[in-house]
Amino acid sequence: MEKFEKLTGVAAPLDMINVDTDMIIPKNFLKTIKRSGLGVNLFDEMRYDDDRNEIPDFVLNKPAYRNAEILVAGDNFGCGSSREHAPWAIKDFGIRCVIAPSFADIFFNNCFKNGILPIPLPQEQVDLLMKDAEKGENARMTIDLENQVITTSDGEEITFEVDSFRKHCLMNGLDDIGLTMEKVGAIDSFESKAAQERPWV
Amino acid sequence: MSPKTLYDKIWDAHVAHEDEDGTTLLYIDRHLVHEVTSPQAFEGLRMTGRSVRAPDKTIAVPDHNVPTTLDRAKGIENEESRIQVEALDRNAKDTGIHYYPVSDVRQGIVHIVGPEQGWTLPGMTVVCGDSHTATHGAFGALAHGIGTSEVEHVLATQTLIQKKSKNMKVEITGKLAPGVTAKDITLSVIGKTGTAGGTGYVIEYCGEAIRDLSMEGRMTVCNMAIEGGARAGLIAPDEKTFEYCKGRPHAPKGAQWEAALNWWKTLKSDDDAHWDKVITIRGEDIAPVVTWGTSPEDVLPITANVPAAEDFKGGKVDAARRSLEYMGLTAGTPLTQVEIDTVFIGSCTNGRIEDLRAAAAILKGKKVKDGIRAMIVPGSGLVRAQAEEEGLAEIFTEAGFEWRLAGCSMCLAMNPDQLSPGERCAATSNRNFEGRQGRGGRTHLMSPAMAAAAAITGRLTDVRELMT
Ligand code: SF4
Repeated sequence: MEKFEKLTGVAAPLDMINVDTDMIIPKNFLKTIKRSGLGVNLFDEMRYDDDRNEIPDFVLNKPAYRNAEILVAGDNFGCGSSREHAPWAIKDFGIRCVIAPSFADIFFNNCFKNGILPIPLPQEQVDLLMKDAEKGENARMTIDLENQVITTSDGEEITFEVDSFRKHCLMNGLDDIGLTMEKVGAIDSFESKAAQERPWV
Repeated sequence: MSPKTLYDKIWDAHVAHEDEDGTTLLYIDRHLVHEVTSPQAFEGLRMTGRSVRAPDKTIAVPDHNVPTTLDRAKGIENEESRIQVEALDRNAKDTGIHYYPVSDVRQGIVHIVGPEQGWTLPGMTVVCGDSHTATHGAFGALAHGIGTSEVEHVLATQTLIQKKSKNMKVEITGKLAPGVTAKDITLSVIGKTGTAGGTGYVIEYCGEAIRDLSMEGRMTVCNMAIEGGARAGLIAPDEKTFEYCKGRPHAPKGAQWEAALNWWKTLKSDDDAHWDKVITIRGEDIAPVVTWGTSPEDVLPITANVPAAEDFKGGKVDAARRSLEYMGLTAGTPLTQVEIDTVFIGSCTNGRIEDLRAAAAILKGKKVKDGIRAMIVPGSGLVRAQAEEEGLAEIFTEAGFEWRLAGCSMCLAMNPDQLSPGERCAATSNRNFEGRQGRGGRTHLMSPAMAAAAAITGRLTDVRELMT
């Protein structure tokens, strides 16, 4: 997995609540058997019209945000399905960090497995970052994972929380499965104990 | 010992390892797999030379992409869909996991097949690369959706890295009024708590109205826990649960059944257990409901009018405005005047035999209104067979419904069953998101009885008007 340490980039404002996974990546793109190449279809139905022309009003189609690496959004981002295609598409587009007042549980988990940092913050702070993002491409935000600080284009600092295990995995680009495999002894002994206690499972 | 909730008890029984910071390796008893979220996981195993740790606890079935038309034996036309199903065929064969291919009568939506075959049992941990895994919580199992990376993790290690959620109790007291169903309960809860109301929690549903539900109804309730944002929803097992499980192909038998039963009977929240959040709704206050917008929280009694964006607060004002525009609705219109084009009865929320019985009870001797496209897609081949045996299929076809083969179908429209732009659908599925049932399609969520009523009148309808 790609490491996440410090990121400075353009933040795109997507001021909508309940952005669901069907919006992030519609089902027609779930038929792939690969993880890559979904970036062009990120927010597909909002980004393109019926003739596949870009809809100029959509934030990621605006010149200022075409290379955004950060997304600032409304409450309950990523609600809906478990499709990991959502973070795959976000990552493939080039976005490495999403900031919102809250995230849906499965989407939130899926981000960390793909080197994306989701940051939940109180509404007032998201509002402030949304304003900052609206300034366009010259206003670049910095996300410093190690120190858990976001710095706005004006130099204002906002601290954020992140689970220590997940931070460790992100900063070091660690693969969860590899880490769990190191505990195979614990899994083996759990299995033999469970086979005694609940043999019907 | 300190008092525990049902969730605490199941969690504690599955901790394989716990770090100081609470990061836990949770052992997984059942891993369900479908074709859309698994190919990359199997590919990942192949690339790293890892194998499936517990093929015997892993069950796969294709459901999302499969055609539901009667001629499906001729194969899947869409190439990408076919490749995805073929990939599952191959991965299942290569790894030796349990498999129900398209040609098997037991094939169906993964969340219907699991319980039907007795794979889902009380006290288990159940996961699937699918958010509606919450369905299995109806058995008093801890069941939730996972992403594809986690699918790969479970395939390789039979565990998940987890942190514990908080406990939330949703109590539905008293009795339901006539015409009110499990679907109305679960939609009403989401209407009250919002789609993020359960974020960070595992919900236990309890109370007389929940106890009174059949296993099918309980599955409908738990199915939509995810729409309320919760990691999982569950219901303590009782005699109904045990009765449902008994004799299923993969349920324990003989002495093992007795041993299992002894443990299952301990699976309930202690009286003085701690709840981080409690919601109580009176069963009598729940009406037959429909959704008007593009979020499952946009729920109103069928007797209400379309709301105005200004009725809401904060970010919801813009969201409601967008929803109303997308849905093509004008504030103040009575919901019962909203005309529909299509009716879809099916999905893992409402594709079980009881749902079909409820629809048939309304449709018996009636006709689908002229010009309305109506389809019923049973949740599994076995549900279909039973409906035929009970004479329900005949009622449906005589009324003018298409009677389909099992699959996810128009719930998410990955197969050819789709809405066209602007087409309005009365659906028994679980998501009314923009484009969910086809680009530009408009979805109103409701119970099977309400959907059947809408098919007859051609508009959103209060089912109680058709009940005699
Ligand atoms: S029926 Fe719908 S919600 Fe259920 S598993 Fe299939 S696509 Fe998902």
